[in-house]
Amino acid sequence: MTKATFRSRKASLLVPDARTKARNASERWFRLTGIAAVSVGILALVFLLGSVLDNGLSAFRQTHIEMAIPLDETKLDVSGKRDPALMAKVTTVGYGKLIQASFQKMLEDRGVDTEKIKPNKLMGLLSKKAAADLRDMVLANPDLIGTTLTFNAMTNGRVDGYFKGRVTLESAERDSNISPEQLRLAQRMADAGVIRTKFNWAFLTNPDASELRPESAGLGVAILGSAYMMMIVLVLSLPIGVAASIYLEEMAPKNIWTDFIEINIANLAAVPSIVFGILALALFVNFLGLPQSAPILGGLVLTLMTLPTIIIATRASLKAVPPSIRDAALGVGASKMQAIFHHVLPLAMPGILTGTILGLARALGESAPLLLIGMVAFVKDYPSSPPNGFFDPASALPVQVYNWTQRSDPAFAERASGAIIVLLLFLLTMNSVAIILRRRFERHW
Amino acid sequence: MDERAKMSARRVQVYYGTNHALKNVDVDILDKTVTAFIGPSGCGKSTFLRCLNRMNDTVASARVEGLIEMDGRNIYDSRVDPVQLRAKVGMVFQKPNPFPKSIYDNVAYGPKIHGLTRNKAELDEVVESSLRKAALWNEVKDRLAAPGTGLSGGQQQRLCIARAVATSPEVLLMDEPCSALDPIATAQVEELIDELRSQFSVVIVTHSMQQAARVSQRTAFFHLGSLVEYGETGTIFTAPNDPRTESYITGRIG
Repeated sequence: MTKATFRSRKASLLVPDARTKARNASERWFRLTGIAAVSVGILALVFLLGSVLDNGLSAFRQTHIEMAIPLDETKLDVSGKRDPALMAKVTTVGYGKLIQASFQKMLEDRGVDTEKIKPNKLMGLLSKKAAADLRDMVLANPDLIGTTLTFNAMTNGRVDGYFKGRVTLESAERDSNISPEQLRLAQRMADAGVIRTKFNWAFLTNPDASELRPESAGLGVAILGSAYMMMIVLVLSLPIGVAASIYLEEMAPKNIWTDFIEINIANLAAVPSIVFGILALALFVNFLGLPQSAPILGGLVLTLMTLPTIIIATRASLKAVPPSIRDAALGVGASKMQAIFHHVLPLAMPGILTGTILGLARALGESAPLLLIGMVAFVKDYPSSPPNGFFDPASALPVQVYNWTQRSDPAFAERASGAIIVLLLFLLTMNSVAIILRRRFERHW
Repeated sequence: MDERAKMSARRVQVYYGTNHALKNVDVDILDKTVTAFIGPSGCGKSTFLRCLNRMNDTVASARVEGLIEMDGRNIYDSRVDPVQLRAKVGMVFQKPNPFPKSIYDNVAYGPKIHGLTRNKAELDEVVESSLRKAALWNEVKDRLAAPGTGLSGGQQQRLCIARAVATSPEVLLMDEPCSALDPIATAQVEELIDELRSQFSVVIVTHSMQQAARVSQRTAFFHLGSLVEYGETGTIFTAPNDPRTESYITGRIG
C-alpha cells in the first residue's frame, strides 16, 4: 500500500496563493457581470420610461379657446316648446354657425388681427367636435337656451400640435388640413391669451374619436371596458382558482390523473394568449353566442388566462404553509375543511393575493386575445353601468394603444403614449396594492 | 384484556406503501396512567402513537390493520368519524406548533369548533382552566391577546398542551414533547404530565429513558417495528425480560 502524499501548503496567510487568487478572480467576474446586466436593464427601463413620458405626457394637456355663446331661442328652438324631438332638428351645422359668429366676435373684441382669414379657415382652428359638444350640452339641458354660455372649445389637433411642437410652420406648408396662416393666427391668439392650455380631462373621459379629430379622442370607453373586465376576472378567477388549488393540493388523491391535471395547468400558464382568443371565439362566441366586443367576453377570456397563474401561485403558497399547522388543527379535532379554512388559507393569503394581483395585472395588459374577439372595434358609446354594461360593446386600454398606433395622424402617437402612461399607472397601482396586502397579511410562525 | 384499559390494541400492523412499519403490536393503555413508548429512532413508536388518534389517516400511503379499541369500541370502525375521535384523543407534537393567533384563540379554538361552550363567559372559563392545567396561566394571564408564537419554546409547548386539554380529552398523546425544549422547560412539562395523569391517560413517546423512568408508570419498548416488551416501568428498567430491552436501556443498542 502506498502512502498518499499531499502537497504541503506553507504559504503565509497574508499572501493569497494562486488557487485563492483564481477563486477570488472568478467571484469578482461574476459580480461584475451581474452589475453590468443590472445596469443595462436599468438603462433600458430609463430609456423606455423616458421615451413614453416624453411622447405621452403632452396628451394630458390640451389647448382650448374660451368664448361666450349667446344661445338664441330663435335659432335653436323655433317652437319655443323645449320639445327635445323638435330641438334635435337643429343639426351641428346650425350650432357651428352660432360658434362661428361668437368666435369672430370674440376675436374682434380681443383685438386679434384675423388678416381677413376666410371663415371656414377660422373654424378650422377649432375641433370638428366643438359643434357636436355644444349641441349635446344644449339637448341635455334645454334650460340653457336664452342664456349666454361660456363655452370651452378644443382647438384642432394640428393647432394643438403646434403648441406642443409637433406641428411647425414648415410642416403646415405641406399639410392640406392646416395652413401657415392659420398657425400664425393661432400664435397671435395665444399671445392675446385667447388660446389657453388646460389639463386634458377629456383624454381620460372621452370615447375614441375618428381619424379626423384626434384632439377629442379619449380613453373613457377603454378605461371602463378594462375596469369591467378586471371586475369579471377578479370575481371569477379568484374563487375558482383558490377552490381548485385547495382541492388539488389538499384533497385530491395523488394519482396519475391529478399529475396529468397538474402538468396541464403548468402548460396552460405558458400557452400563448392568442390561443385563448381563438378558444373564446369558438366557445363563447360561436357556441354560446355571447356578444362580441363585450367586457363579459373579454373578462371570460382573461379569466381563462389568469386561472393557471392564480392556481400555481395559490398551490405554491399552500405548500409553503408548514405541515405542523395542519397537524395542530387536526390534532384538536378540526375537520380537514376547518383546518384549511381556519388555519392554512389565512397563512397562504399573502401569496394568493400577490399571485392574483400579478395575474390581474397581466390580464389588464393583454391585447392579443381581445383583438380576436372584436374588442378592437371603434366604440363611441359608453357601456352602461354593470351588470348590463358587461354586455355592451367596449374597448380596452392595451387594445386602444394598439388601435391608435395604427393611425396616420401623429397626434394619435402622442395619445397612444399617453394611454401607455395610464396603463402603467394602473399596473403600478395594482402592484402597490399587492405589496400592501402582502405586508398586511404576512404573519410569522 | 386488562380491566382498567382505556384503549387496547391487538395485532396492529402498519404499512407505508410496501414497507411494513409496525408488526403485531398488542398494547393496553390504562386509564389515568402515564404510558411511555421508548425505542431507537425508526422503531415505530411514533407510528403507533399516531394510530391511536388516526392521524395516520392523513398519510396517503399508510394502511393500518388489526384492532384498536377505545372503551371497547373499534376506533377504525367505518362509522367512527376521525374528527370526533381526535377531540377525545388529544395530541401534542414534537415541535411546539401554536397557531399564529393570540394565546386566547389558540386555547379557545378546540372548544369553539366542537361547540363545547354556550357563551363567551364559559369559553373564558375553559381557556383559563386549560391554561391553569398547563401551568401557563400565571405567565400569560395579562397578555392573552398576544400572539402564541411570541412565547418561549417551553411556554409554546405548554400552550399546545393547554390547547389539547381544552377539548377535555380522555387520552392525551405526546410525541416527544420535550425534544425541542431546554432542561428547565422539560422539567416543567414533566411535572405537568404527572398532574394531568389525575384526569386522563397520557401516552408519551420519548427518546430519553430517564424521562420515561421519571414520568411513566408503564413502559413499552419498541424495536425494528415490533413491540419487544411492555410492562411496569420499574420492571422494564430494573429487571427486563428481553435481552434487547436490557441492551437498549443499558446503552448497548439504539
